[in-house]
Formats: sequence, C-alpha cells, structure tokens
Amino acid sequence: MQKSITIHLIIKVWRQENATAKGALASYSLRDISTDMSFLEMLDVLNEQLTHTGDEPVAFDHDCREGICGMCGAVVNGQAHGPESGTTLCQLHMRHFKSGDTLVIEPFRARAFPLVRDLVVDRSALDGIIQEGGYVSVNSGGAPDANALPIAQKHAEAAMDAAACIGCGACVAACPNASAMLFVSGKVSQLALLPQGDPERKERALNMVRKADALGFGSCTNERECEAVCPKSISISNIARLNREFLRAMVS
Amino acid sequence: MILNAKIPSGPLADKWDSHCFQSKLVNPANKRKYNVIVVGSGLAGASAAATLAELGYNVSCFTIQDSPRRAHSIAAQGGINAAKNYQNDGDSIFRLFYDTIKGGDFRSREANVYRLAQVSNNIIDQCVAQGVPFAREYGGQLANRSFGGAQVSRTFYARGQTGQQLLLGAYSSLSRQIKLGKVTMFTRREMLDLVLEDGQARGIIVRNLITGELEQYGGHAVVLATGGYGNAFYLSTNAMASNVTAAFRAYKRGAMMANPCYVQIHPTCIPVHGDYQSKLTLMSESLRNDGRVWVPKKKGDNRPPADILENERDYYLEQKYPSFGNLVPRDVASRNAKEQCDLGKGVGETNLAVYLDFDEAIARDGQATIMKKYGNLFQMYEKITDKNPLTEPMMIYPAVHYTMGGLWVDYDLMSTIPGLFVLGEANFSDHGANRLGASALMQGLADGYFILPYTIGNYLAKTSHDQVQVGGDAFTEAQQQADSKLNQLLALKGKRTVDDFHKELGALLWDECGMARNKVGLQRALTKIPEIRAEFWSNGLVTGQGAEFNQTLERAGRVADFLEFGEIMVHDALAREESCGCHLREESQTAENEALRDDDKFSYVAAWQYQGQDTAPKLHKEELSFENVTPSQRSYK
Repeated sequence: MQKSITIHLIIKVWRQENATAKGALASYSLRDISTDMSFLEMLDVLNEQLTHTGDEPVAFDHDCREGICGMCGAVVNGQAHGPESGTTLCQLHMRHFKSGDTLVIEPFRARAFPLVRDLVVDRSALDGIIQEGGYVSVNSGGAPDANALPIAQKHAEAAMDAAACIGCGACVAACPNASAMLFVSGKVSQLALLPQGDPERKERALNMVRKADALGFGSCTNERECEAVCPKSISISNIARLNREFLRAMVS
Repeated sequence: MILNAKIPSGPLADKWDSHCFQSKLVNPANKRKYNVIVVGSGLAGASAAATLAELGYNVSCFTIQDSPRRAHSIAAQGGINAAKNYQNDGDSIFRLFYDTIKGGDFRSREANVYRLAQVSNNIIDQCVAQGVPFAREYGGQLANRSFGGAQVSRTFYARGQTGQQLLLGAYSSLSRQIKLGKVTMFTRREMLDLVLEDGQARGIIVRNLITGELEQYGGHAVVLATGGYGNAFYLSTNAMASNVTAAFRAYKRGAMMANPCYVQIHPTCIPVHGDYQSKLTLMSESLRNDGRVWVPKKKGDNRPPADILENERDYYLEQKYPSFGNLVPRDVASRNAKEQCDLGKGVGETNLAVYLDFDEAIARDGQATIMKKYGNLFQMYEKITDKNPLTEPMMIYPAVHYTMGGLWVDYDLMSTIPGLFVLGEANFSDHGANRLGASALMQGLADGYFILPYTIGNYLAKTSHDQVQVGGDAFTEAQQQADSKLNQLLALKGKRTVDDFHKELGALLWDECGMARNKVGLQRALTKIPEIRAEFWSNGLVTGQGAEFNQTLERAGRVADFLEFGEIMVHDALAREESCGCHLREESQTAENEALRDDDKFSYVAAWQYQGQDTAPKLHKEELSFENVTPSQRSYK
C-alpha cells in the first residue's frame, strides 16, 4: 500500500497576544508533515511542537472541520482560506504544498473584525447584520401546512444557492474595501426569492445594508475578490439582486 | 430515589394534548418577570430560546462559539423526518412512532416517542414559514426521500445541508428576538457549573473565553442544550468543541445521567490516516445502496485492490447476510468492519479500513448514473483522500457519530434537578438504544419549538418571579470551585499534552466500550481510566494563563471531564449484560452471532447518580412498559 509523502515547511504566522498588543509574524520550521493532513491538522502539529518547547500555541478558530460551520479561516499566502477554490481552510490539504514552501498565515483582517488573539478575530458584526432583518417575522406555532405554499423548484434552488453561506467572513477579508456585501446579499437574495420573505423585503434590504455601513464594513466596488475566495462559491449575481432590492426599496 | 417520568395517563394518542391542557400556564403579564437561561444555540437551544422569547419570557442564551450559527447541528447532511405522508405511501404518526421505537430496539418511552412523531409535522410547517429552502418538486411541492432503510419517503432535505439550513432558520428566529431585546446573547462563554439554591437550578457559572473571567448568571430555570458526548472517543464525526462539560457538571450537582453507554457508530466514514488525525468525516450511508463491501481473504494482503482477484476477495456482508447484504443496518455493518480489521484483514495505510467498491455498479448502470447519484460524495472523498472512487474502491471505517444517552429527563424534559431542563442530544429521551437516520434534527427542533415552551410553564408557574440575585453563597461557592479547578489545570507543567491524554482515553473507549463489549474488557477499562486520569493530573501540560484567551486551558477542562465521564460510560456498559440497539454485548448473542436482547432483565432506562469523587455512581432504574407495541427481535439473515 502506498505510504503518504511528507514535506518540510517554514511557517510564518501572525502572533498577537490580544486586541491591543503589538503583533508580528513569527517563523517556525515544521518537518515531516504528511501531505494527507488537513491545514488545521498541520497547525495542530505545530501547536503540539510549540507546547513541548514551552511556547504558547497559536490560537486559531475551528470547529466542525468539515467545511460547514464557518468557524475556521485565515489568509494563507495572501488568499483567504488558501489556494484551493471553493474550499474552507479545514478542507485544504497539505498535498497542495511542496516541501520547502514558506506559508505566511495571517488572520482575516477588517475594521469590523477586531482581532482577539493570533489568528482569531471577532466576527460578531456579521450577526449584527442578520439581526437587522435576516429573517421572516414569524413566531413558532400557527404556521400553515408546508405544502400550502408551492414554490417553483428553480426559485427554491436559487434560494438554496444564496442560503449556502457559512458566515466565515472570507469575503470581507478578501475585499479591498472590507465590504460584507456578498454576505448581506446571500441572505437578502434567499428571502427575496421566496414568497415568505416578500412582506418585509424593503425594510430588510435597507436595514441590513445600513447596518453593514454602520458597523464599519466598506462598500462594494465590484472587485469580485469575495466570489473568488467564497468557500461555498456564492455568486456575486446575488449582489446585483441586493442592489435591485435596495433600489426598489428606496424608490417605492 | 424513585424516578418518576410523569407520563400522562390515557390513550397514547391523547397523552400530549391532555398534558398540554392540564399543564399550568404563566399569566402573559407575568412572563416578562421570568428569566430563563438557555445554554447552547444549536437546533434545540436556538429554537427554545427564540420560542420562549416570543412567548414573552426574558432569555439569556449562551454559546461556546463566536456566533450562535456555528453549533454542530449545522453539520447534519441527510435530512429531517416528519409524518406528513405527502407521498401517499402509507406513512402516519403511528408509523413514524413505531419505526422510531423499533429502531431504538425498544429501549425508549412510548409516550415520548409518540409525541415526537406528533409534533414532527409542525416542525416542517414552521421551517417552511421561516424560509428554509427545502428541496422541491417541479410543481412546487416539497420533495421527500427514503432514508436509512425506511419503507416510506418521509425525509425532508435541503441538498446535503439540511442541518445547516434548519439551524440558520432557528438562528434567524433567535436573531429577531435578540434585536427585539427579548434574548440577550452571550457568545464565547463556556458553562463551568450549575448553581442550585434550595435544590433548584437557579443559575450558571461561565468562563468568558476572551477575557478568561468567570461570570455568574441567574435565572428562574436553566435549559441545557449542549449536545452529545461523542468526543469522549477523541475521534468522532463531532465538531472539535463538542463536549460533555456542561452536562457533566450538572450531573455532579445531582442530575442523573441516563444510558451513557448508548453511542451510535456510523459505518461509512473516511478512515483514520495517521496519529495526527483530529476528526473523522462522515459520508452518507446511501453509498451502500450501490457499493460492495470487501476485504482481502488473506491476512495482511497489502497489494493494491486492483491486483486482488475476485476469488481472493471476501465480500463478508453478502456472505453472512444473504438477504440484506451490503444494506444491513448501521451497527451490523460497523461491527463487521471492525471484526475484519481485528482479524488482520483491514486495508489502507493504517489497516483500519474496508473497501467499498463501485466497480459492479459502474459496469451495470454506467459511470454517468453513478456520478449523478453520488457525485458530490465522490468529490468530497477525493478532496480529502486524493483518490478517485471511480477508479479505485473507496476505503471506509466506522466512527462515533451520535450519543443516544444523556441527562435523564421526565416527560416535561426536566432533569432530576427541579428547574433544570435538558433538550436535544444532551438528553436521553427519544432514541432508545439506537437512533434512526434523519431523526436527530427532528428531536432537537421538537424539543425547542414545541415541547419545552409548553412544559416549562408547569415549573415556572409554581416558582416565584422575584428576581434571582447572583452573588449569594451558592453562586460564590460554585465560582470558587470552578476557579480552583482552572488553577489546578494551569498548574499542570508535566510532559504530556492534553490532546495526548484525550487520544489515549479515546482509543481505550473505542476498543473496550465501542460497538462490541465484553465483561473482561470493560473491567480492564475500569482499571485503566483512573490510571490515565491520575497521570493527567500529575504529568499533564497546560500552557498559558487563566485571564486570557487560552484554547489549551479550554481543552484541558473538557478532557478532564471526559476522563471522569468515560468511567460512567463503562459502568453503564458493564451493568447492561445484554446486546441492544447498536451495541453488541459479546456474552449476549444468538446462535448465529447476532445481538440478543434480554427484555426480562434489561427493559429499563439506566440512570446514574453521582456519589462523590472516586466513588462508583449509583444505578437507578426506570422500568419501560410497552402497551401499544410488542417488542420484537431483529433479523437480517
């Protein structure tokens, strides 16, 4: 049976003790990394090594390690979630790197994402946007029979495409303006495509966009960086739909 | 102490309705005077927090993650069951009830399971109203599929992301209540203790994971929705932060732990590939519809699969179970895979895998058809393993997936501590000794949207709405205990890391308390676990400080609890001298080596009560009675 290959790497990772401390890149050498490892398992190995040598392990967010919870994320050699498209950091494997490579690992940086420690940032601003209208105002109980509201398959599928967002914030980290428009447009599109979202569509588009502005996210200038790094490959056509929803709400 | 499940009297189908009518109501004007603490923001926690807030209660909701949208409910792929009978194929509430109780191998309560089946339909209505984008037919109606061997199509789904979409639905309702000021959300908080005043749950102690400070929160009731304990095994399909700590600390305060040895093991996961491996990834078991499971006949045969001729292969499931073949239930498939590997016939780098081969299906149906059915799973497999299942067989191995055991609750979902309610995977109530596919999402949402909001009134209506003050003796004592435990952990400056101990415990539980157990092995584990624990407390290594963001300290606390909790699992497994559900007790087998249940002796819920540090827990039994179904033995031959 074929054994896996191992590689040696130089890891340059952002170290910063807390939100107010001064941060810097620290360099570590890692040997015998199996190419079957995931990127986060490589960081686990680095952390075991640091722990044994009396150093502080690198803090990084992660949870499901299946690419669905949206907890992980870092900028690897300039790209949010690393070089593979449509992939979260936890689903990136070390076979995409060569022995001798230097990996520069930095946190998702944005004014709206204050740093917590090392690679960990505070993305609660994204929750703040959802709280402004990323829902249908319906209480539990009393909903009509689910099949009483037929929805064309193509609309349900398009809504699902937009709803696949995992809220990781890579779109914000990749955008030169640190805009959250891909994130906002995912939720606005999902609910604009479904009849359930119709009664509140105007307030939703206006309030969510205004909240994003207020929280310090930038504006969209069609750089398309967000779409390129989105681990769920959410299309910027959703931003076009958001713009229509916003305009429609402004003029009606 | 006699466990009273408080099952309402009357015919099965009327129990819930009459219980709702007889339950006490809290005056609408008084609801705002009650504060409810909800720990956890997965399907059960988020749905409960949102619904209680809609009713008018003040809710404080706590999550360990940075956002309530991250909980591990999000990872469920397959779908959610409901007895809608939209397909006109003979489904009904009674059939969903029957399938669930039979699937649980007659080790759950009739009344709870029937209620679950009843409210299943409301869940689908609710989620559609929220805008959950379920799959639909061309005519706009909801699509269903058959799942996990069910004879009817009752599973609703949103691509392979059903858990995610349902959680985002509950999260959206929660977000609305946060905006309205009815829910206060506390993120990055880990519950370290439950506070009792006069024997009632009155608050919690949490660690703020950013600052490291301990904080006290008071409430008129505490709701735990903190998920399962599968990570006791270290390797599981659970998320990395999933843990038993909140439930375990409640257990130490007097809540009983029920059936902790009931753990579900899923047969089709991507195998372990090295000691650095941090988690296992599950692939839908639908793969077994077309894949054939085999290992080489010869032990230690390391040739590439293509070089192993047809007559040198052992299609062991087809041989052993001619009528079900590769489609035997999860536990049978899992157990046989482990057995083949233990015989030295495992494949792959670690020899801990069996082949799942699509050659015959591709030859029969063509590559295009197979890709249409399994394309996304094949891509996922290739992404992780760098191997293409179209050209070489997949390798699979079983992994811990879900825990049916959990804190004991009565029909109102209240634990043995008054005022402490437990929902979702954290409780034990509905799945017996095995859970059906697509039923975990159903239970989490049933508990949160439609059961707790009715039953909590029964407790609160009898409780004064005077504000619960923090800072009293009970709060101070609990905080001091939590603080001293953290300091003990921080003082560990030995040689072995926390993960190292976790791996050792996990491997032990997997070998001795996994899908097949025997008395000798379980007794061995009972000796070994205290040894590992003792070494952890003398030779463990924890870095950093308490008053900072410290992920090593977080993990150390969780592993310390697993090191105690693992022992209760083993006690439970040892006491249950029968095979049931997905657990084979090797001493209890039929002549054909199949699981043999013993209804005369073991038709009960085992509830364990804490008796103090280093003392064995005490077993209490809740006898199960079956008035509407007749327990039967499974046969897959």
